[in-house]
Amino acid sequence: MSAILNSETKKVLTDPLVNDNPITLQVLGICSALAVTSQVSTSLIMALALTSVTACSSAAISSIRNHIPGSIRIIVQMTIIASLVIVVDQVLKAFVYDISKQLSVFVGLIITNCIVMGRAEAYAMKNPPFESFMDGMGNGLGYSLILIIVAFFRELFGSGKLLGIEIFPLIKDGGWYDPNGLMLLPPSAFFIIGIIIWSFRRWKPEQNETADFKIMAISHGEGGHH
Amino acid sequence: MSKDKIKERLDNCKYYQKFDAYKTKVLALANDSLEKTIAIAFALCFVCAILVSFAAVALRPLQIENKMMDMKKNILDVAGLLEDDTDIHQAFASQVEERLINIETGEYVDGMDVALYDQRKAAKDPAQNIILKREQDIASIKKKAKIAKVYLIKNAGVIESIILPMHGYGLWSTMYGFLALEADGQTVKSINFYDQAETPGLGGEVVNPNWRALWNGKKVYNETGEPVLKLIKGVVDTNKAGSEFQVDGLAGATLTSNGVSNLVKYWMSAEGFAPYLDKIRKEG
Repeated sequence: MSAILNSETKKVLTDPLVNDNPITLQVLGICSALAVTSQVSTSLIMALALTSVTACSSAAISSIRNHIPGSIRIIVQMTIIASLVIVVDQVLKAFVYDISKQLSVFVGLIITNCIVMGRAEAYAMKNPPFESFMDGMGNGLGYSLILIIVAFFRELFGSGKLLGIEIFPLIKDGGWYDPNGLMLLPPSAFFIIGIIIWSFRRWKPEQNETADFKIMAISHGEGGHH
Repeated sequence: MSKDKIKERLDNCKYYQKFDAYKTKVLALANDSLEKTIAIAFALCFVCAILVSFAAVALRPLQIENKMMDMKKNILDVAGLLEDDTDIHQAFASQVEERLINIETGEYVDGMDVALYDQRKAAKDPAQNIILKREQDIASIKKKAKIAKVYLIKNAGVIESIILPMHGYGLWSTMYGFLALEADGQTVKSINFYDQAETPGLGGEVVNPNWRALWNGKKVYNETGEPVLKLIKGVVDTNKAGSEFQVDGLAGATLTSNGVSNLVKYWMSAEGFAPYLDKIRKEG
């Protein structure tokens, strides 16, 4: 794999994992990250769906980018994205029916996921198809990474399981673990994402500084912390 | 046909030549010209439409199979026959008896293929449905099929549970589900909803196993034979008289709760399965 990828393409693929992660750095795509992360299995499918939509839509948009009329630019992007999302939704309904039932509207809502639109607008409109595909894939994987981390903690502490396999035996089944009900509710994903963002920015302070400084400089004229 | 041959045929085709010439012309236009904008929009819609319809049509058989399987699974579930390792097709075929009934008289209908009968489709067919008057239509379903499908679980020829399909409008969606009654046609065994699109986390909690467990042992009819089982606001006080006719409402989902109460009331009334249940009580 690495033989066919030059360093630039590789960067496009791996940067969004940590350094430029769409959820933790750009804080996009939070809504579905809250909704589908109560189980690892639903998160995996959602991550797969979003990654394939982002990658394919970026490639498709990029391949016709030189012929997209400016006046209907967004509509063209939306049409491509929406079509791919419908295809993904149909595939899920055919092959993983139970999970598609749990994901319900959230697969359809990939259409409005800011990450997909964001990559189309910011990258695919200006770069060749293969790089755009990799960029979409990288951002999808960055989203997936966070989703799976969040789902790992939520399922483990919320129901004592991982991928449906019992890890902590529950008290009601004669074990010792009293599940944390909050973990099954969407707000718990907020806390976990918050902790992830904090730890990423502790680990890579440069993520922190630039963003903070820019915002403060515009509104108050001097840097600072809050 | 080889690739070259296809290309040769295409090159010789008059319409393809015209199309090709037009394509070259349009692509050479300025991106923001009116003609190119319309042509691109049209071409894009065409390609996307083909993609979407291809996916929908090609995958439909699998999806229908999944839906059938899911319905069977739900019937076994509401009957209390579903374990983790149950073979659904086999369990359904061996334990569940499907029967068709005339919804108005409650009599069994024979001579139709039970497995092929689709009650949801029939409800939409003018030849097979009954349009409801507004005052009758408490579940907001507008029409119902003349013939309903019921499912019986029997043990040595004696009915153990009666599973009745119900549907009605909640907040956003028509909720489709099953109610399982004991052979007395009065005591609830279980309820479930297999198709609904209520708000996840609020009305969507109609599928929550803990809430569904509250239905077990509830009674449908009072002494005068009226269906009075319903959801109430808050938590049922089991010490009070009449608590056997009440189930906890869904927190934060008043309209979905009302929808559930209405659809249970409707389908248990004389409009729904009351004539059939009367018959079962008399004849077994």
